[in-house]
Amino acid sequence: MNMAAPFTAPASGQHATGTSEPWVVRWLLISVALTFLTLFLFVPLGFVFYEALKKGIGVYLAAITDPDALDAIRLTLLVAAIAVPLNLVFGVAAAWSIAKFNFVGKNVLITLIDLPFSVSPVIAGLIYVLIFGLQGWFGPWLREHDLKIIFAVPGIVLATTFVTFPFVARELIPLMQAQGTEQEEAATVLGASGWQTFWRITLPNVKWGLLYGVILCNARAMGEFGAVSVVSGHIRGATNTLPLQAEILYNEYQFSAAFAVASLLAMLALVTLALKFIVGQHADGRQHPSERRP
Amino acid sequence: MSIDLHGIVKRFGSFVAVDHIDLHIETGELLALLGPSGSGKTSLLRMIAGLEAPDEGSVSFAGKDATDTHARDRQVGFVFQHYALFGHLTIFENIAFGLRVRPRKQRLAENEIAKKVNALLELVQLDWLADRYPHQLSGGQRQRVALARALAVEPRVLLLDEPFGALDAKVRQELRRWLRRLHDEVHVTSVFVTHDQEEALEVADRVVVMNHGHIEQIGAPADVYDHPATPFVFEFLGHVNRLPSQVADGADTYARPHDIAVRRAPSQSALAARFVHGSAIGPVARLEFALGPSAQTINVELPRELFRELSLQPGEIAYLTPIRLHQFASAA
Repeated sequence: MNMAAPFTAPASGQHATGTSEPWVVRWLLISVALTFLTLFLFVPLGFVFYEALKKGIGVYLAAITDPDALDAIRLTLLVAAIAVPLNLVFGVAAAWSIAKFNFVGKNVLITLIDLPFSVSPVIAGLIYVLIFGLQGWFGPWLREHDLKIIFAVPGIVLATTFVTFPFVARELIPLMQAQGTEQEEAATVLGASGWQTFWRITLPNVKWGLLYGVILCNARAMGEFGAVSVVSGHIRGATNTLPLQAEILYNEYQFSAAFAVASLLAMLALVTLALKFIVGQHADGRQHPSERRP
Repeated sequence: MSIDLHGIVKRFGSFVAVDHIDLHIETGELLALLGPSGSGKTSLLRMIAGLEAPDEGSVSFAGKDATDTHARDRQVGFVFQHYALFGHLTIFENIAFGLRVRPRKQRLAENEIAKKVNALLELVQLDWLADRYPHQLSGGQRQRVALARALAVEPRVLLLDEPFGALDAKVRQELRRWLRRLHDEVHVTSVFVTHDQEEALEVADRVVVMNHGHIEQIGAPADVYDHPATPFVFEFLGHVNRLPSQVADGADTYARPHDIAVRRAPSQSALAARFVHGSAIGPVARLEFALGPSAQTINVELPRELFRELSLQPGEIAYLTPIRLHQFASAA
C-alpha cells in the first residue's frame, strides 16, 4: 500500500475513528475541566496577588521586608535546607534498598514510607509534642538538659521532615525497580566498587527522577502548615514560618500584609510548577523507548 | 584459563535450579550451555561470574578456588542478554568503563585508555560509533558494544548469556559466525548460554546439554547430535519422530525427519502411512504422514527434488523406511 492512501479517503464529513468520542462529549469534558480549574485555581491565585498589591507596591514591599516577615522567610529557608537534604539521603537509601535488595519486611517498609501521606499533618505535629513536649516522654529529660525542641526550630524541622519524607523515596522506588539491577551487575563484573557503581551508574540513571522528587519535597517543606503550626508555638520572629506568618497577619486583620506574604508562597508554587514541568520533560525524554527494558 | 565446577547446587526457595553439577572447562575453548528455559543454564553461568552464590559446591579458576571471590575481583567478562549498556554514557565511555574504575595505581593513562578502546571498537567493527549513545544503535551493534566492553578488562573468562536471543534471525546468523571468528582470534575461554540448538551446534567447540538442573550430555557438536546419550538430548537437538515399537524389539525408537526414506512401493519392514501434507519451501520439503490407527504424526524431510518425483497427493498411502534409528534402553 502506498503512503498517500490514508489521505485519499472521502473528504466529506468527519470520520469518527474507533477510539474517539463524539465532539459533544469531548467539548463537555474539556469545559468542565477548564471551569473547575478556573474556579478553584486561577481565581484564588489571581486574588492573592490582587489583594497583596491592592494598596500599592509600597505597602507590598513594606509587608515583605518587615523584620518579622524576613525572619519568617529565613526560618522557612533554614527548615527546607535541613529537611530536604535529610529526605534526599533517606529517600535514596530507602529506594536503593527496596529496589535492589530482597529482605524480610520490604512491603512493610514501602507502606510505612507512605504513612505521612495518610496521616493528618496536625496529628504528625501532635506526635512530636507528645514525645518531646514538656508533658511528653522526653519532656523532663530535655528540660533538665535545657534543650528545647517543641516551640523551637528543632521541632519545626522534625515535623517538616516527617511530613515530606515520602516525596523523594516515592519518586525513586518505581524508577529504580523498573531499571532493575542489570546495569549495576554489569558495572560490578567490570570491577567497579559499590561506591563507584552508585555514583557512575545508579545515580546518573535516576538523576531526573531524583530532582523531580527534591523539587516536590522542597515545595511541601516550605509550604507545610498543619504539622508546623502544632509544634511551632507561633513565636513571632522566632518560630514563624511563612505560612504561619500569613495566618497570623490575616487573623490580625492585616489583609494586605497577609496576602503579600501569601504571594511569596504562591510564587514559590509557580516556580516549582515551572521546574517540575522542565524536569518532567527531561525525565520522560531522556530514556529512549528502545533502551527500555522489556 | 580453565574453570572447574564441583558439586554445584543452587536453590531458589524450594526450586532446585542447579542440581549437583560437575563440569570442567578447558583453557581457550568455546563452550555452550544448551537447554530449555528453567534448565539451570543461566544460573550456572551467573555462578561462574560470581553474580550468584552456589548453595553447595565450589568454583575454581585455573585450579584455584574462587567460590568466595567477589564478582568484581574474578576478572570475568559478562555479556548480558539485554546487553545492560550504560544508557547515559557514549559507546566509547561504555567500553572504557572497566578501565576507568580500576584502582588509581593500576589505572591506565588517558591516552592508553583511548588507544585500547579504539582498538576494541575496531575489533568489533564499530569505530565510527564511538560518540553515539546506546539507544542510537541497532540490536546487533549494541551486542557488539557489550562484547567490546566485556573484553576491555582483558577477562580471563568470557561469559555470554543468550548472546543472540534478542536479535532477529538474519542478524543472529551473522553475529554467530562473527563470534566464532572472534573467538578464534582472541582465544579467551568462553562460555555461552543458549536455548537454540542450532546456535550451540554451529558455534561451540563443546556443547553441554542441560535439563532440570542436570547435565544430560557433554560432547562435541557432531557427537551430541549423532550419538545422543538420552531421549531428552535427542529430542532437544532437532526434530524427531518417535516410532511405534514393532519396528524394533520393544524399546523406544526414534528417527530424525531426514533419516526416513519414502517410497511408493511397499517393502519389508517399511511402515505404511497416509500422506497428509507437504510444503516445499527452500531446498528441503517437509512432509507430514499419519501412521497407524492412532494417526500418529510422522514428520519427514526430503530433498525438494525427491518430493517432486514422488508426486504424492494428500490421502495417498506411502511406505516409510527409517534409515537410521536411535534406541534408548529405558524410556524417558
